Amino acid sequence: MSTRAKELLVVGIVLLFCIIAYLGKVYGWVDTVVFSPMVSMIVVGIIILGLVFVLIRTLQGRLINRQVVFLFVGIAVIMPFFMSITQKIRTSPEVQQLYDAVAELPKGSKVLVSFDYDPPSAPELQPMAEAFLYYCLSNDLKVIIMGLWPQGAQQANLALEAIMKNEKLAAKGLEYGKDYVNLGYQAGNEFVIQRMGADFSSMFRTDYSGRHYEELELVKNVKNFSNIDYSFNLSAGYPGTQEWVQVAVDRYGLKMGCGNTAVQAPMMYTYLNAGQLVGLLGGMNGAAEFEQLVKYPGKGTKFMLSQSFAHMIVIAFIIIGNVAFFRSGRGKKL
Amino acid sequence: MKRLVPLTITFIVGFVLIFSVFLPPAEGLDQTFTLYFDIIAVFAFFLGGGNLMRVHINKLRRQKKDWGFSVVTIAGFLFMLAAGLFKIGNPGDIATAVDTQGSLFKTVFDYVINPLQSTMYSLLAFFVASASYRAFRAKNREATLLLIAAFVILLGRTPFGMMVTGWIPDSFSIFQIPNLAIWIMNSPNLAGQRAIIIGIGLGVISMSLRLILGVERSYLGDDNA
Repeated sequence: MSTRAKELLVVGIVLLFCIIAYLGKVYGWVDTVVFSPMVSMIVVGIIILGLVFVLIRTLQGRLINRQVVFLFVGIAVIMPFFMSITQKIRTSPEVQQLYDAVAELPKGSKVLVSFDYDPPSAPELQPMAEAFLYYCLSNDLKVIIMGLWPQGAQQANLALEAIMKNEKLAAKGLEYGKDYVNLGYQAGNEFVIQRMGADFSSMFRTDYSGRHYEELELVKNVKNFSNIDYSFNLSAGYPGTQEWVQVAVDRYGLKMGCGNTAVQAPMMYTYLNAGQLVGLLGGMNGAAEFEQLVKYPGKGTKFMLSQSFAHMIVIAFIIIGNVAFFRSGRGKKL
Repeated sequence: MKRLVPLTITFIVGFVLIFSVFLPPAEGLDQTFTLYFDIIAVFAFFLGGGNLMRVHINKLRRQKKDWGFSVVTIAGFLFMLAAGLFKIGNPGDIATAVDTQGSLFKTVFDYVINPLQSTMYSLLAFFVASASYRAFRAKNREATLLLIAAFVILLGRTPFGMMVTGWIPDSFSIFQIPNLAIWIMNSPNLAGQRAIIIGIGLGVISMSLRLILGVERSYLGDDNA
């Protein structure tokens, strides 16, 4: 079979899966397809057998190509969506610290949430956003939303739409402008933070929907960071947590926690250990831990199994790759 | 004159802003200067958009390799610009938010941009796995250490880590993989990151001084460097 034909075949299969997934979502089949624990274990067993087969072939000196790796990763990511395996999620100290900091805020405290990310980082950061907003609003904290990334404000609206479907929140009859407000996106990166230190309204003359700052009951008396009790930053890069720490925390003494992508989170431990950050959610794992703490099991918890499987596949292929490396006498290229 | 004017402006602005931190009467100056940044940034938006059009129209006119992608880029840019500027399909008037429910901008954002960008990013998982398989080798002592650390973090960041080493008694709990992952993040990673941040900080100070004192002139263009 020619390469072109193989490519077309793969595209065709992916397209077919997409159509099935779309129809499944429209007609509600997706949520109803759940493997029993026995079937789930059989699927896991098949994946392990597949990996053993790849290992044996490698030991025989027959190396696999990258398409096989892609296939295993694809299976490891997709199959857990249908599995009924539960994982015990243990809370890490930095997630507990963030939870404690928010839990000790008295009712009516004002929390500033900055959405500094866009759709590519949403799988990791959106579950954090939803769980955090849910916890704040269900505990009568007042939420002020903003974004330093153009698509951040829209991500915030998506998170609000999702959590407002929750019965507990729906019953509270939350009011826009009084209980929460979305000030929208403002261009200017760290300069926005710097000017917010003097005057919020100079940066946000209107909210996201065009209502004047002074007309919004929640923020009309919020002059600068001194009126904010806690801040939470969801960041996927620049401008993000680092800029917030350097300007808002160091200069204006804002108390802040953050949620970062797994790639960015290791950089934040310096600020966390120095006390500049009060709490950190790192990647999907952090999101899942926080969801468990606030009792809002969402996408973080749901996708964690996929991530666990994907990690295991990566580990397995690193081992197989090293087996091939040592077998080939440390020099032969794969 | 061509060099003197920008060098003088840089020198004066640099020193004024440094001293404004230490002199209470000049404390608000940095706020004023950030306003100037916003004004300049507005022109950068026009420049960015204009440059994008120029580059792709050029590519199209000369029928360079992959010119078809330029057609998509230009069409997408103009389409989103029109959808946002004229608020096409907005249920309210022109004063309503650009992505009010039902607007063309919101529809395109939700059903085109969002899934496309997420798809691009999610492909990373496949390439990371493939790259790890092909390149992550225990070639020497340093690479082996990196490999072990990667194993611990990969396992420690998922509940599997606890499943694998949860049997280790509490008195030796440091050897449980999640705890090892926490130790790696809080000690070796922290030390490395801190060193990098301090290095960057010192670099920024020295570069800023070079700019203010006119030693570094590359920003003036090739002729003046």
